[in-house]
Amino acid sequence: MTLLRIENLSASYGVSQALFGVDLQMRQGEVTALMGRNGMGKTTTVKAICRTIRSEGTLVLDGQDLHVLASHKVARKGVGLVPEGRRCFADLTVRENLIAAARPGDWTLRRVTELFPRLGERQGQRAASLSGGEQQMLAIGRALMTNPRLLILDEATEGLAPIVRQEIWAALHRLKQETNVAILLIDKSLKELAGVSDKAVILERGRTVWSGVMADVTQDISERYVGV
Amino acid sequence: MRLDEKYLNGLMIAGLLALPLWAVMADQPFTITLVTRAVILALAAVGLNIVLGIGGMVSFGHAVFFGIGGYAMGILAFHAQTYTALELGLFTTDGTKFMPVIWLVAMITSGLVAFFIGLLSLRTSGVYFIMITLAFGQMFFYFAISWAQYGGEDGLSIYVRNDFPGLNTLIPIQFYAICFTLLCVVLFLFARLQASPFGLALNAARQAGTRVETVGLNPMRLKLLAFVISGAITGLAGALFADLNRFVSPTMFSWQLSGELIVLIIIGGVGRLMGPVIGACVFVALEHFLGELTDFWHVYLGVILLCIVLFGRGGLIGLLTGKEGAHV
Repeated sequence: MTLLRIENLSASYGVSQALFGVDLQMRQGEVTALMGRNGMGKTTTVKAICRTIRSEGTLVLDGQDLHVLASHKVARKGVGLVPEGRRCFADLTVRENLIAAARPGDWTLRRVTELFPRLGERQGQRAASLSGGEQQMLAIGRALMTNPRLLILDEATEGLAPIVRQEIWAALHRLKQETNVAILLIDKSLKELAGVSDKAVILERGRTVWSGVMADVTQDISERYVGV
Repeated sequence: MRLDEKYLNGLMIAGLLALPLWAVMADQPFTITLVTRAVILALAAVGLNIVLGIGGMVSFGHAVFFGIGGYAMGILAFHAQTYTALELGLFTTDGTKFMPVIWLVAMITSGLVAFFIGLLSLRTSGVYFIMITLAFGQMFFYFAISWAQYGGEDGLSIYVRNDFPGLNTLIPIQFYAICFTLLCVVLFLFARLQASPFGLALNAARQAGTRVETVGLNPMRLKLLAFVISGAITGLAGALFADLNRFVSPTMFSWQLSGELIVLIIIGGVGRLMGPVIGACVFVALEHFLGELTDFWHVYLGVILLCIVLFGRGGLIGLLTGKEGAHV
């Protein structure tokens, strides 16, 4: 069953239009890579899904039109966002960051700290004092604590040390294997994306230009649209 | 020497217990009155600390709730003591001299007014929020001045302090015991609230409103609820303050009082559990001791405030504990 259906989505920042027709469909438990060069509308698409910017077109989550909902209600419907740049609540501790966002469901403090043992070790530490990788883990954990049906990760491994990136990719593989949550991934690492994603959607200049099974993303397509 | 904040908090509570007991033994009733005043101002500031310290909302109109609490006490006691009827639209009452009922009325009324003020003012932020809360404060101040039925500009005197079961509230130490107990209860609630998911979400909303929305929290609702709780607590303090002085007047609504409540918190430490308590004690001590020396004691208060803002951003608690913020 389709969880997220986006058709002909357009969005603007003031007078500057950023999305001209994005199409994207996701099923429960499916991992989709949202790809494209910088400035092609990936983050704007995420913002439109989360309703932090206005958009037009079809934007439906499990039969519910998201356009009629405020941003916090979209999150309550089951959209968990790990934003670009981590953006943890700096003055709160790790534990407090996780509790502040918690909603009833399978994901609890214990389960999140099992997924990311580093967070368990630093529960009493302020988010601002964590390393970049730990903050990223915290951002993912915080999104999981909302017990989402759709988890969106926007550049989750950007600027992190290779060993930390490995930990995060391993956690994403575990999420895919052990849960039924749909994951929308934006990342620059094509190799890692290919390893975990079922499907890929490629954007260019605010439009969907390619979508299909991840295994069908050939070197030619990748070089043409993603530049890798 | 750096003190652990928990020990410092314990010391403060011990001091607030020991000083009035010493005053009883030394037959210094005025000292008890001074400490009672500090405790009540601390209570009001603890209320403000919920919105200012946790929620980051600089309300420059919290005297509204302090005044409403005061007038709730004044009006109810006035009718009870003069045996006149208080007509409230559909029903009539004879007022009351019973403190718990007065507190309840003060808290409900303040909370309701806080709800409506919050509903309008929380749509703004920053300097606009400060200005709109100040404007509400001034509206209530001038309303009280023109409210001739309850004394207008001259205020309203209450002949006898209101009753509390089992205690003689006219004896300073017994009235102090009531105020101190209420302060302890509210401090306990503040600590629980700060550590609760609601308190954490409010804190998160202070740091980043848009970000909390993406985790499913409604910042407006969080802030409004905090504003209502805060207003109710400040209203309770206002009722006690009016009972302490047996007098209410429009000055309880004044912007100066709103400013003083903010100053108390800054002196003690914004968002700290005992920040308002230590701030209120310092404020009342300065007001008393420096006030005896000069009418311009506020100048010295200003210098202290300046030093704290420049050199000790965690307030006195921050200086004593070496921790600028609550989580550092």
